[in-house]
Order: sequence, then structure tokens, then C-alpha cells
Amino acid sequence: MDNRQELNRNLAQMLKGGVIMDVTTPEQAKIAEAAGACAVMALERIPADIRAAGGVSRMSDPAMIKGIQAAVSIPVMAKCRIGHIAEARILEAIEIDYIDESEVLSPADDVRHIDKTKFAVPFVCGARDLGEALRRIGEGATMIRTKGEPGTGDVVQAVRHMRKMQSEIRHIVSLREDELYEAAKELAAPLDLVKYVHENGKLPVVNFAAGGVATPADAALMMELGAEGVFVGSGIFKSGDPAKRAAAIVQAVTNWQDSKLLAKLSENLGPAMVGINADEIETIMEERGK
Amino acid sequence: MKVGVLAVQGAFAEMETYWRKKGADVFEIRQLDDLERNMDQLALPGGESTVQGKLLKDLGLFNPIKARIVDGLPVFATCAGLILLAEKIEDDGSRDETRPSQWFGVLPVTVRRNAYGRQLGSFRTVGTFDGKTDVPMTFIRAPAITKVSPEAKVLSTFNGEPTAIRWRNITAFTWHPELNT
Repeated sequence: MDNRQELNRNLAQMLKGGVIMDVTTPEQAKIAEAAGACAVMALERIPADIRAAGGVSRMSDPAMIKGIQAAVSIPVMAKCRIGHIAEARILEAIEIDYIDESEVLSPADDVRHIDKTKFAVPFVCGARDLGEALRRIGEGATMIRTKGEPGTGDVVQAVRHMRKMQSEIRHIVSLREDELYEAAKELAAPLDLVKYVHENGKLPVVNFAAGGVATPADAALMMELGAEGVFVGSGIFKSGDPAKRAAAIVQAVTNWQDSKLLAKLSENLGPAMVGINADEIETIMEERGK
Repeated sequence: MKVGVLAVQGAFAEMETYWRKKGADVFEIRQLDDLERNMDQLALPGGESTVQGKLLKDLGLFNPIKARIVDGLPVFATCAGLILLAEKIEDDGSRDETRPSQWFGVLPVTVRRNAYGRQLGSFRTVGTFDGKTDVPMTFIRAPAITKVSPEAKVLSTFNGEPTAIRWRNITAFTWHPELNT
């Protein structure tokens, strides 16, 4: 494999067991870093507000992203629209550590994603199932996350996507080698990547949970289901006590198997984000980009 | 040999595989209870040093682990692990570096974090490590060792700067041997 792709997969490996937090200002970025975020996602509006504002949602102002890069020593990620090659080039030019080609923003291309193999900077992409994950990896994504339904505070889609992906992985592992060709056709995924999953029982890149995680228990649930770490978007800075909640979610990801500790971490966190049920909303972001 | 791998955040799974391939008996350290097991070697993996430092404190692991290191327990540390051990972190002037209590501070070196820049500065090279040639070396948002005690033995270098050292019971790397096994 290409050296750059390998290095970009390696960075995702360093983020494992960690929490990546959405932040909109350098001050929030510092709070996130001090609370134990392994990376921050710099964006002008968090998904809950993007949802509330409506309209076209685009890449954030590079000046705002640079302010956050200067404020913290941990990796800084930023979002570009699906298929928006130029936004991705701009983010690469300001030396972002990871680009999230994200359904949270309005798609620029309703059919194609970016050919990410043409970039030196790494990409993370959302996926609802194994086929989608392997298509994104085929295009050069070096990290995968569930799509969830961003900005809702409802974890149900993230659970659905993670369960589906894990169960499809187990299915691929169970197949005979001569059944992999048909499986690749059904998944609409590159054959070499289907073969990798068959041999290794996992994706060739790190797989995080994203979308609707709002509590330490939500984070622990996603780890239980096979996530290697979590993204928390609106859940932290839309809650009553962001620093405390952020630190509790970080600890929950490390010790997700310890229920006594989870009980302690869940105490007195103040109000969680109010949230909306994912089936009560009109804009379905997870449908963007397949 | 029994190796305890610090597993609070980062590439601890890769570190576990690295030691298993060497035939070691590996266990994870996530909580205080885990330190009750017999341990011949402690391994500190790559990841984010700020996160690992904070979790060590929050989980009450910091003082007992530091005591074991000072006591002479052999330590194998890569990247973030090296930063946790370093006596001094070079202040680049733009950030709040006044968190020495979050690091063990037992290894007589000064390190500069993200010394090669952001992810676009990450790279792989091949070099000589402890007399062995052609060793693949992967640097991910790597720190650099800018000052090192004359007591330490330099095991590898890049552009003349030390990238792996051994000092008493500690072997520490700015690169990731666990990523190329």
C-alpha cells in the first residue's frame, strides 16, 4: 500500500480508545483537551445547530479552524462537504490533521465521494453498513465512523449502523473463499477489501462510533458493540456542564466494561442535551452519500 | 515474561501484539486492580499524551505506576509514552505547557511535541536501531528528543537527533516499533 495511506491509517490507530469532540471556538477546544479529548473537530456550528438553522451548510472558515489549531496540541479535524474536492484541498492547505467528508454538511455531489487517494491528508468517512464502509476505504478513507443521525442526541442510528456492520463482518468471515466474489457484488464493495475482512474479521482501518452519543452510558454502549472510540458532537457543548460530561465520557470509553465506575461517572452530570427523537425529524442526514 | 500494557487510550492493541510476538504474557492496565498482577515489564503505547496523562490521574494509576518506574521496573515506551516519561517538555511559547504533574517526569530528556509538524509531517524511514540495520521506523505526529542526559545510550537517530534511547530501566522511542511487526 501507498506509504501515505499507511501513515494516515496509523494516526487513526493512535486515536483509538479515545473521544473526538466537536468544538466551535478555541475556548471550547481547550476545555475539550483538558477534559481528555484525543482530537477535536473544528466547526462553526455543531450538528444540532446546523439542523436548527437549516439551509446549506458548508466547510468552516479556515481562520476559525486555524484559531483552534493554535489553541491545542491534540489533532484537529474539520469537515468538508461530500464530494467537495476544493473544500478538501483548502483543508489540506491549512494542514488539518484529518478531514471528515461529512453528511452533516450539505452534499456538494449527490452521487460521488472525493477520490481520497489523491490527497496526502487523511480522511474519515461515515458508513451505515459494511458495503458503505468498504466503498469509502476503497476511495482512500483511512478511518470509518458510523453515521448515526447527527445533532439529535438519539443514539439509535449509531447502534443500528454499528450492529449491522459488525454482523456483516461476522457473515463475511463465515463464508467459503469462493463465495467472496458474490458477496463483494452484493455489498457493492471492492473484492480485495472483502477478502481482507474475510481473513481478519475486521475493517482494515479504525472504526469509531458517531451520531447521537450524549452520555457516558451511550459511549459505553457503542464500545460494547465494537466501536474503537467515539465522536461526540452536540452532546457535550449542548449540555449543562460540558467539562464534567466530557471528562466522564472519556473515562467511560476507557473503562466501558466497569459498570460500577460507569454508575459513578453518570452521577450529577447536569442536564444532557435535550435531543430530538430521530424519527421525528425531517432532514435525514444519514441518507446522504451511499 | 509478563508485560503490562497501559491501555487507557491509544495504540495499546498494537503494543500487545508486539509483545505477544516476542512470546510475552500480556495483560492490560486500565485500573488500579490491574497493578496487583505480577509484572516484569511495563509498556507505554502511542496515543495522545494529554489524554493518557489525564486518565492516569483520574483513575488513580499515576502515583503507583510512577513509584514502580522509579523502583526500577523495566519500561518500554513509544511516542506518547516517551512524553509521559520526559523530565521536560519544550515550551513552544504558544501553548499552556504548565502541566508537569500530568507527566511522570522521570527520564532525563527534553522533548518537543509534534516536532515534525502536523499529520502531513508524519513519515516512515529505515535506519539503524541498537546496531541492527534496515529497521523500519514510523513517525506519527512524532515528538523529538532535543536534549538527552549523557548517561543515556542513544539507540537510533534521525538527522543526527536521537530517536530512541536507553537510560537505566527505561527504553523510549519517538517512533513506533509496534507498528512494523
